[in-house]
Amino acid sequence: MANVPALCCDGLVKRYGSVVAVDGLSLIVDRGECFGLLGPNGAGKTTTIEILEGLLEPDTGRVEVLGLTWAASERELRQRLGIQLQDTQLSDKLTVRETLRMFRAFYDEGRTVDELLALVDLGSKAESWVGKLSGGQKQRLALACALAGRPDVLFLDEPTTGLDPQSRRQLWELLRQFRADGGTILITTHYMDEAELLCDRVAIVDQGRVIALDAPKALISSLGAPRVVTHEGTLEDVFVALTGRHLRGE
Amino acid sequence: MASRARSGASSPLVELTLARLKLFAREPELVFWTFVFPILMSVAMAIAFPSGRATRVLVGVPSGVSGSSLTKALEIAEGVVVKPVPSGDELRALREGEVHLVVVPGDPPTYRYDPARDESRFARLVVDDALKRASGRVDPWTAPEDRVQVAGSRYVDWLIPGLVGMTIMGTSMWGLAFPIVQARMQHLLKRLMASPMRKSDYLMAQLLARLAFLAPELVVPLGFGVFVLGVPFNGSVFALTTVSIVGALAFGAIGLLAASRARTIEGISGLMNAMMLPMWVLSGVFFSAANFPDVAQPLIKVLPLTALVDSLRAVILDGASVASQTTELLILLAWTIVPFGLALKLFKWR
Repeated sequence: MANVPALCCDGLVKRYGSVVAVDGLSLIVDRGECFGLLGPNGAGKTTTIEILEGLLEPDTGRVEVLGLTWAASERELRQRLGIQLQDTQLSDKLTVRETLRMFRAFYDEGRTVDELLALVDLGSKAESWVGKLSGGQKQRLALACALAGRPDVLFLDEPTTGLDPQSRRQLWELLRQFRADGGTILITTHYMDEAELLCDRVAIVDQGRVIALDAPKALISSLGAPRVVTHEGTLEDVFVALTGRHLRGE
Repeated sequence: MASRARSGASSPLVELTLARLKLFAREPELVFWTFVFPILMSVAMAIAFPSGRATRVLVGVPSGVSGSSLTKALEIAEGVVVKPVPSGDELRALREGEVHLVVVPGDPPTYRYDPARDESRFARLVVDDALKRASGRVDPWTAPEDRVQVAGSRYVDWLIPGLVGMTIMGTSMWGLAFPIVQARMQHLLKRLMASPMRKSDYLMAQLLARLAFLAPELVVPLGFGVFVLGVPFNGSVFALTTVSIVGALAFGAIGLLAASRARTIEGISGLMNAMMLPMWVLSGVFFSAANFPDVAQPLIKVLPLTALVDSLRAVILDGASVASQTTELLILLAWTIVPFGLALKLFKWR
């Protein structure tokens, strides 16, 4: 079992009419790894991740998740994966607790609602309507929904886009905990600092193909040129240090 | 609440149904349209079509002749209201329904009215009788009158079951279609598909939640009709429940079909109105479907709203049994099975 990669896809192609969204993409993500998919808008990141999540069928190519195929083992896979989509709006007029209870009910095993609330630090918001949450709180709720079934693999599609620095750091902390417990993560992001901090390896995708794949540090040194990913402190760090991460009382 | 949560997972079907019910209860507009609107309609109709007393006969006379023997003769007649009408204004007053008939004094007087209007023809009979009697007509005999009021014969008695049927149609179709389209627009359907949720649980929960708020939907307008407006309830609760559930399922399935592909609220609204509007007119909610030509009757009979409204009237007013409503129930069942099957085939989760 340990030898079976968490994710494996080979020669994925997905066309929308004359547009080729994914063009012969292959990846292997090992167990316990945090793998980043980077790339400009329209590069095919979301299409790729949705194919891996079993939500889209590739025109050609093979996908295995935890050694299983979607065609043969969809029910088992759904129980073992945690998925956060890019633009899901949860129902505004359900409370945080009600939302989690519903998602928790879909899984045979997993954390209790109270554990999930504590995990993403939303205990004080348990009885609030989802519509009243801040952007960061909503993303943490979406993450809690994805974690409801104690997944082996977590898929995150731009989980921190549009969040303020404190909220981003809170999410990173949660992802680090998930990895510390042995979980595998596939994440797409636009933020290079995020990829460098979180990911063991990243694939840079452009026009539906992988154009570079390695550990972030290796990529930086291989590029040599102007650093996209900085080791030094960033302005954002300064901002967070000055404004304080517990300032929001979240 | 906490203890239930601590007990871990409950049934997905139960949780999905509860979520749907809570979302419904938290939309004040939906609650208004479902419960308050049919009552307001009934009250308005009861006021517009009073039936406890005789129909009022509005008779116009030229402005100058008030106080004359002509107006006195008219005023003592039962139900007649005399209205002075300025000369030159008679046709407009007739057209607007301000008066049903204008009496132009003379020897004999002239009746000006539109015989195409029922109330004008009625006014002519009443006015003619009153004026001839005042002129000394001697009736050869007078029939003794035995005035009775048959329970359930008023317009409002006939209307209330129709409104209940219309409410079941509207809330079933909207109640299913609108949240589904909204969830699709919010990519919530897609997110649910990414979880281990069963598709059938989701669709079933929508229908179950629908049935759960069917009870107040029946009780509120019907209770108002029976206790406030005095509409008779001659049927059994069992027959009423059966017919209503089958009707709600049929319209729920139609709503599901309408929502299976729609991606925008505008799209689903147009589709729903296109489906419901013909039935509002054709299915005999406000006026009897018998007014339509005979060739259209077979078509009208197989419309789901016709079947539901006819059946509700039979059960509520005539005390019909479930067995006597087999045809209507079969029509409604067909309207459940075919759209539901089509919806399952066509449904887009993304």
